[in-house]
Amino acid sequence: MQLDDLYRRVIMDHYKNPRNRGTFDEGAVTINLNNPTCGDKISLQLQMDGDVVKAAKFSGEGCSISLSSASMMTEAVKGKTIEEALELADRFSGLMKGEAVEFEELEDIEALSGVNKFPARIKCATLAWNALRKGIEHDHQA
Amino acid sequence: MNSAQIRKLFPILDQEVNGHPLVYLDSAASSQKPISVIEAVKQYYEHDNANVHRGVHTLGSRATDAYEGAREKVARFINAKRTEEIIFTRGTTTALNLVASSYARLNCQEGDEIVITPMEHHSNLIPWQQAAKATGATLKYIPLQPDGTILLSDVEQIITDRTKVVSMTYVSNVLGVVNPVKQVAEIAHRHGAVMVVDGAQSTPHMKVDVQDLDCDFYAFSGHKMCGPTGIGVLYGKKSLLNNMEPIEFGGEMIDEVGLYESTWKEIPYRFEGGTPIIAGAVGLGAAIDFLEEIGMDEIERHEHQLTAYAMERLSEIEGITIYGPQKRAGLVTFNLGDVHPHDVATVLDAQGIAIRAGHHCCQPLMRWLEASSTARASLYLYNTEEDVDRLVKGLIQTKEYFGYAIG
Repeated sequence: MQLDDLYRRVIMDHYKNPRNRGTFDEGAVTINLNNPTCGDKISLQLQMDGDVVKAAKFSGEGCSISLSSASMMTEAVKGKTIEEALELADRFSGLMKGEAVEFEELEDIEALSGVNKFPARIKCATLAWNALRKGIEHDHQA
Repeated sequence: MNSAQIRKLFPILDQEVNGHPLVYLDSAASSQKPISVIEAVKQYYEHDNANVHRGVHTLGSRATDAYEGAREKVARFINAKRTEEIIFTRGTTTALNLVASSYARLNCQEGDEIVITPMEHHSNLIPWQQAAKATGATLKYIPLQPDGTILLSDVEQIITDRTKVVSMTYVSNVLGVVNPVKQVAEIAHRHGAVMVVDGAQSTPHMKVDVQDLDCDFYAFSGHKMCGPTGIGVLYGKKSLLNNMEPIEFGGEMIDEVGLYESTWKEIPYRFEGGTPIIAGAVGLGAAIDFLEEIGMDEIERHEHQLTAYAMERLSEIEGITIYGPQKRAGLVTFNLGDVHPHDVATVLDAQGIAIRAGHHCCQPLMRWLEASSTARASLYLYNTEEDVDRLVKGLIQTKEYFGYAIG
């Protein structure tokens, strides 16, 4: 087990300097999600423009993996249509299963591939992505 | 007591995890099993296995003897007055749910009170929340002091003549606080309330005497005391159990069944619907033999010394926050600077050290501690000073590893 496979420099950078951390004053869909196994929480906000995710922000508490994953996800999803965002989330699920997938929109995400070797931490990495899924599926229905 | 020798009786501890000798510091979640317990379960399945209380054949008798023999051991172990006061359950959770669903729902009504503390494990909290909702009773909490302990003066104030049930953990699985359950039981009884004790974290580590505590119900799990998973115990005073209704119905628990009405067996069988956890009970009996051979006082003394050593060594680490009082049972809950407990646990695991990270099934207590989650190292009879040293070294390495993230 190589710790450096998990804690890559790019992950620590997103952890230390999270992108899009905060809240929108108005005009956003809010999704609150817990990781009940550890008590971590995420609050994700999506600003939609029709079926396009204009911007995303997150707040909450979590470990390096869950916070860096949220930071990356909110970057990557910007400007995506709902369909594209769901495809992105599917690709991330694939990454967690150990599939060789690429993220042209944000190569940083590929650094999370190491999580696959730490099964107990997959839930940390997927929390923000599950919130995204919940948010856009909700918007889809609305 | 020689814990290095005792350690050798636990086959699982003799292995490398991620290239390092295993240091197991998560016994408060589940303890490891000595060879004698594993052998007892194996022996049961290889020689005596059959259903209990019904077969006329020899194996049926042997299985019944083994199962009932384990019940007698448990009764002796916690000094119950009668063997029939011991009900086998799936674990502490099931035992506490049985009291909340059967006793509390029958004896509580609107205006009555159920008293607990904010340090309870979810399994001694949610059953009472649900019982209060179902009966209209009010759920009240004994407040915690800054170090996580409770004051008897507060207990005196919170418990009133309207209180029907007081339920409390003997030892907190997060703070290591040892609650004065005997004194609380005395106060509860003065007001006509029953005293329920969650013994999940006490029974494995100290001598327990339910008659001396004078508690009305006492619940604990086998797997935290060197026994198998899936077996637990509810002790209840005979007079109370006799007036309680079963909450599970089916085989094993009936006296006579009609098309529209049925009657129940005597206690404890009426609370053990379905084929019981026979092998689990046998394993628990073997665990009790094992613990008694070493001696509960010995185990308590060893853990007391080791905890003092762990507290001393851990508090030397710069940036560590230790939760709970100085005087405590064998566990230390902490946070290491801004490093998230998950990350602490992963870095330690890479060095072969197993600790727990998360909310420890105590979300209200976590809120009180103002920590979304914490790390916990818990000790048992097989842990040594060397284990503590490895933990300390591991934590210092964790700090270095995450140094740039915190800094």
